[in-house]
Amino acid sequence: MAKTVVLERKPLSLSERTYLPQILTGLKTTFTNMFKEKVTLQYPEEKPVLPPNYRGVPTLVKDPNGREKCVSCQLCEFVCPPKAIRITPGSVPEDHEDREHVEKAPQEFEINMLRCIYCGYCEEVCPEEAIFLQNEYSFSGYTRDEMINDKAKLYELGGTLPDDHYKWDKKKEAEEKGNPH
Amino acid sequence: MISKKQKEAVTINLDGKEVEVPAGVNLIEAAALHGKEIPHYCYHPQLSVAGNCRMCLVEMGTPMRDRGSGEPILEEDGSPKIGWVPKPVIGCATDVIPGMHVKTDSETVLDCRESIMEFLLVNHPLDCPICDQAGECRLQEFATDYGRGYSRYEERKNVKPKRTRLGPRVTLDDERCILCSRCIRFCQEVADDDVLGFVDRGSFSTLTCFPGRELSNNYSLNTVDLCPVGALTSSDFRFKMRVWFLKETPSICPESSAGCNTLVSSREGEIYRITPRRNDLVNDSWMPDSGRSLYKEVRSEDRLTKPRTDGQDCSLEDAIGAAVAALSVGQVGIVGSCRSSLEEQFLANQLAKGIKAQKFLRGHFGDDDGILLSSDRTPNLRGTLLSGFASAYPKDNLSSLALALKKGNLDALVVMGEDLFESKVDADSINGIPIIFLGTHENATSQLAKVVLPTLTSFEKSGSFVNRNFFLQAFRQSVPGPAGLLPDIQLLSRLLNELVEESFQGSDLDEIWEDMARPASSPLKSLCFSDLKKGCVQLDGSKWASLPFVEKKALHYKPASPKAAKSS
Repeated sequence: MAKTVVLERKPLSLSERTYLPQILTGLKTTFTNMFKEKVTLQYPEEKPVLPPNYRGVPTLVKDPNGREKCVSCQLCEFVCPPKAIRITPGSVPEDHEDREHVEKAPQEFEINMLRCIYCGYCEEVCPEEAIFLQNEYSFSGYTRDEMINDKAKLYELGGTLPDDHYKWDKKKEAEEKGNPH
Repeated sequence: MISKKQKEAVTINLDGKEVEVPAGVNLIEAAALHGKEIPHYCYHPQLSVAGNCRMCLVEMGTPMRDRGSGEPILEEDGSPKIGWVPKPVIGCATDVIPGMHVKTDSETVLDCRESIMEFLLVNHPLDCPICDQAGECRLQEFATDYGRGYSRYEERKNVKPKRTRLGPRVTLDDERCILCSRCIRFCQEVADDDVLGFVDRGSFSTLTCFPGRELSNNYSLNTVDLCPVGALTSSDFRFKMRVWFLKETPSICPESSAGCNTLVSSREGEIYRITPRRNDLVNDSWMPDSGRSLYKEVRSEDRLTKPRTDGQDCSLEDAIGAAVAALSVGQVGIVGSCRSSLEEQFLANQLAKGIKAQKFLRGHFGDDDGILLSSDRTPNLRGTLLSGFASAYPKDNLSSLALALKKGNLDALVVMGEDLFESKVDADSINGIPIIFLGTHENATSQLAKVVLPTLTSFEKSGSFVNRNFFLQAFRQSVPGPAGLLPDIQLLSRLLNELVEESFQGSDLDEIWEDMARPASSPLKSLCFSDLKKGCVQLDGSKWASLPFVEKKALHYKPASPKAAKSS
């Protein structure tokens, strides 16, 4: 058993009983802040400056050649904690123009923004660097259907990001210059 | 050399521990029996040994003996001196011998595995994100277990064709192939259709079909299952779903009386593929391609999903009510089905007994391929005999029903999925006779039926089939049936309880099994449904040995009465 110690409260001094020093200290804080730089933002007229690595709405991006990067490996669907991602995989026909060396791409790609918790696991797990949580943060809609981003919407939101790999170009080069069979 | 027929045990020393293993097995199997995995690619227990992947290298030695006297040579501490083979040997092609010493995790062995993995990965593309094998790929597994973890290879990788069509159902990605030759051996040894081979040399070796041939036999998709990597892919399953999402349910192929053990892979109520499940008594590790596409019938357009009376959709209660009304007067005929499960056939027989109905049955027959597609194209013909529904061997038609209808003996018909008009029954002779149709798919009979009670496919219910060897095998529900439908056994027990007084037939599999196993003369005596979880159960079929079963000699099957098989 813990021992209970009774502490005697000290009686208030005269200055404490007048409350004046406390009021003056408070007023000092108020007046100092009045002349400092403002920290509040007039949202939504003013928008915040987002830090790099900000985790906004997940989007799909294309490479600078305008090619779809996602190969529908479904790892994001697997890792997604709230199961917001739903992919229908599809294969790319061999004779598809501009899609040489691409075998697989999503036929449909849906992210349910009512479920998404902006955790960023999908971006982290993506082996193709195709999904990014970008700077859009105020995503809203009037109906539930509007809150489900389909493939077209995801590419519209994502746009094109710089790419270090140019995977499809490398594949093409490998076939031309590699050890052709 | 010890012959494989001898079953006696030999003692070997596995990683310093004396263990007993059956004589004649190789080191991979012997180690597996004692929980040690020797990684391998080209070895398959049901194919010949090729020994070309070199992944199963282990160290092996035997106690040394003095050449002159034959006396064992001892170490200083008195233990026998082991003469280790100077270089590692492959476990798949080394059979156990008494007193043999094996090291499966020595430094040399681990070094071998790491180097072999490095060689295998030299030209292997980084396709894992799109490869269908990812998740069940031996190369992925062993690379993480035994690989070095990073690549030292800086040169260009070989480029090979990525989508070669080997046959109507198989697509080959040459870059991924590790040249284990399992598919080639399968085609030669099991499918008996020697069409695959390697061309070119070294790292340019490529799997191809022989000129002018294609991999089109009915067992071609087994090569996809055999492939330890993602080189051979099923054109049907290609890029459809990643395997880690799939839930696998043990099932039995309903295609023929061979009764192949299968795994049905589904995700969220949709089936994506069917693969064989190993059962060395029935189907080894194989199944026909034709049985793998049967899942498509679950979502086919002619699927019956709503109960009907007189052509109008209605509630299930109304449909059962109408069926009971139609069946409670006059002489009823029940057309059973060899495609129903044993439990359903038992209930149909109880119903026939209870309302004194006449029983009819037809078989469905085709060509026998001598492997796993038998000429009896129904999964459970022997179930009709066991359940007592039939006593004679069914014909390929319903001529006896046609005769009974012509005589005007019948006032109502219960049809279990069969199409009467395909079975030599005249449409005119049915005129006015109400048909109660229990089935999964629309056919001419269901369109004419007074009451349609939709039932479930074998993927949507549990039950058991009796295969051509009288093996009783259970299948489990893998996906839920269409909304609002009841399993066949529940429909039948409802009908039974409504039509037959003083009958309290349970609709639960365990309850039905209690009833089935109760008669002292029943071949199912002292069995229950949960017994089938462990594996197939051999039933005594000698009572029916004289029946003219149509199956021919095939994998794990010999006709019981060769005369009867010949005469058919």
